[in-house]
Amino acid sequence: MTEPPKNAAAQVAPASPVEPAATGEAADVVIAARGVVRRFRRPRRSLLRPGPVVEALRGVDLDIRYGERLGIVGESGSGKSTLIRLLAGLDRPTAGSIRFAGREITRASERSLKFLRRDLQMVFQDPMGSLDPRMKVRDIISEPLVALGHPDARGRVAELLDAVGLPAAAADRYPHQFSGGQRQRISIARALAPRPKVLVADEPVSALDVSVRAQILNLLMDLVEDFSLTLVFVSHDLSVVRHLCDTVVVMHDGEIVERGPTADVYDHPTHPYTRTLLAAAPTLKQALAAHRARAVAEGRQG
Amino acid sequence: MSTAADTPLEASTPQATTRGVSDVLTVTDLGISVGPVPLVQDVSFGIGAGERVGLIGESGSGKSLTALSLLGLLPEGLRATGSVHLAGVADNLLGLRERRLAEIRGSLISMVFQEPMTALNPVMRVGDQVAEVMLLHRTQPSRARAAAAAVELLERVRLPDPASIARAYPHQLSGGQRQRVMLAIALANDPALLICDEPTTALDVTVQAQMLDLIVELTAERGTALLFITHDLAVVASVCQRVLVMYGGRVVEAGDVYDVFTAPRHPYTQGLVAASDLSLVDDRGRLRTIPGVVPGAGEFPDGCVFRTRCPRATAECERTPAWSGSPARGFACWHPVGGDQ
Repeated sequence: MTEPPKNAAAQVAPASPVEPAATGEAADVVIAARGVVRRFRRPRRSLLRPGPVVEALRGVDLDIRYGERLGIVGESGSGKSTLIRLLAGLDRPTAGSIRFAGREITRASERSLKFLRRDLQMVFQDPMGSLDPRMKVRDIISEPLVALGHPDARGRVAELLDAVGLPAAAADRYPHQFSGGQRQRISIARALAPRPKVLVADEPVSALDVSVRAQILNLLMDLVEDFSLTLVFVSHDLSVVRHLCDTVVVMHDGEIVERGPTADVYDHPTHPYTRTLLAAAPTLKQALAAHRARAVAEGRQG
Repeated sequence: MSTAADTPLEASTPQATTRGVSDVLTVTDLGISVGPVPLVQDVSFGIGAGERVGLIGESGSGKSLTALSLLGLLPEGLRATGSVHLAGVADNLLGLRERRLAEIRGSLISMVFQEPMTALNPVMRVGDQVAEVMLLHRTQPSRARAAAAAVELLERVRLPDPASIARAYPHQLSGGQRQRVMLAIALANDPALLICDEPTTALDVTVQAQMLDLIVELTAERGTALLFITHDLAVVASVCQRVLVMYGGRVVEAGDVYDVFTAPRHPYTQGLVAASDLSLVDDRGRLRTIPGVVPGAGEFPDGCVFRTRCPRATAECERTPAWSGSPARGFACWHPVGGDQ
């Protein structure tokens, strides 16, 4: 069932990022991270000593290509959220470099990051926490446009609401008047407003019900195709990543332990941690097969 | 069995015919309402000793309210009708005074909640919290004996080094460890019924798998009846033997997990199973969905609660569908999936 390690490693190799030492990247790479380290200092526990240091990322190299749908999976504390905060320029790494479309973003001033704020947008997990409850949907969606000096913000809002499957009348209502799935549609509309090249989604469907989750995943797929987006999708749900992404990165303890085409990684995981993760994820098919086996063992046919 | 009823009242499900005297829990025609607005209606089911029953549904389906009503923990302003009988208690639990309920909670029925952080007392050592439930119900004669029993319980839920965990405060433990402590508290007095409300939703997959195994093992060991609430079909299939599917405050389908998930009869169950199977896509690579959104509480249509989103709905669905089949395997639908008998 498991491939010999050598063979499997060879399979993943073509998809691996270019040599970490290389500074220049291929023209089709939109985000290139090299040796990214992020340390956090915990609050001190003693008067005499400084707080302990936590290494959230320990030297991550990652290339994301235009049009790629990259899934980042890992458990809590694996560093996946820290990584995407750095990629989005919301935080600075302790060491290493991150280039977006060839421009270094780790040491740039906020003012010079305007291109990043336009070209990379985020969708967060909790739509209730990421939408201002006192703003109307129109203002929420047009806020990034106003900041970028867009000439026809109002017209664009109608366009965006239509793209995410909400009625135009939604613009004059407040976030609390919508269900969880509809709120996530609003978050997506806001993210798409400045016509980004890269959409980073941090667990966008894990707070949603099953039937609504399928709707939002379909919407994301439509939008990624229609607007030729590069998608970075962070999730702890392996089946969602398998469905949505063409490439997957597995993170563990602040490191990328495996990377490759989604089907290869899921069918032939090479790293022991990936195997553990895949084995632990419950799937309906496996569970039902177990029920079947038990029923047969009990001599019950049906 | 499926006699068509004219009014919603008469349509109360024939599930009500209880499933035999051996049931630990028997719920008959449970209804929950806030003022005139019904939130849960006509819910009837039974759970036998050692049986594991799943209660699934999306948010707003009434599954958590159903669980809370069994414990007498409904929020203020909500009223429960019908009857809830527990083996060993003569009276209907819904009519009991708070004092009697307090004796039952934590001893005969206990519950593990979704949020292990808010359910534990942050300023009390976890060993004391496990011991407290035994002292309150006087199942251990002294503080010292209760403390020793608490350490044993922490060991039974497979916490490493239980003696030092007992001295720790909740914030010093991980999410998975806290949830194990919750389970230790819930099982401390060897309850007849354990209710778990989304106990693993906040946990990582590897921790979730261990926690689910533990729940199955410990309930099987003691013959504890389990009511397991979740929205995750894969979780319910790996834990439970039977499942109740709720939508809009009603049980729309019930039966063995295998039967319900492989051959669903209610269109809602069918939609739910299809939407959660992420390997099932159309030729454009899109997932199956249930059209529309779950209505808000009290905004469900009368008649069949699912008719506003149902692809098979007709004028007939404006009347509440009667329960078809047996209490153990049945559904409430005028136009069931898979053959119109």
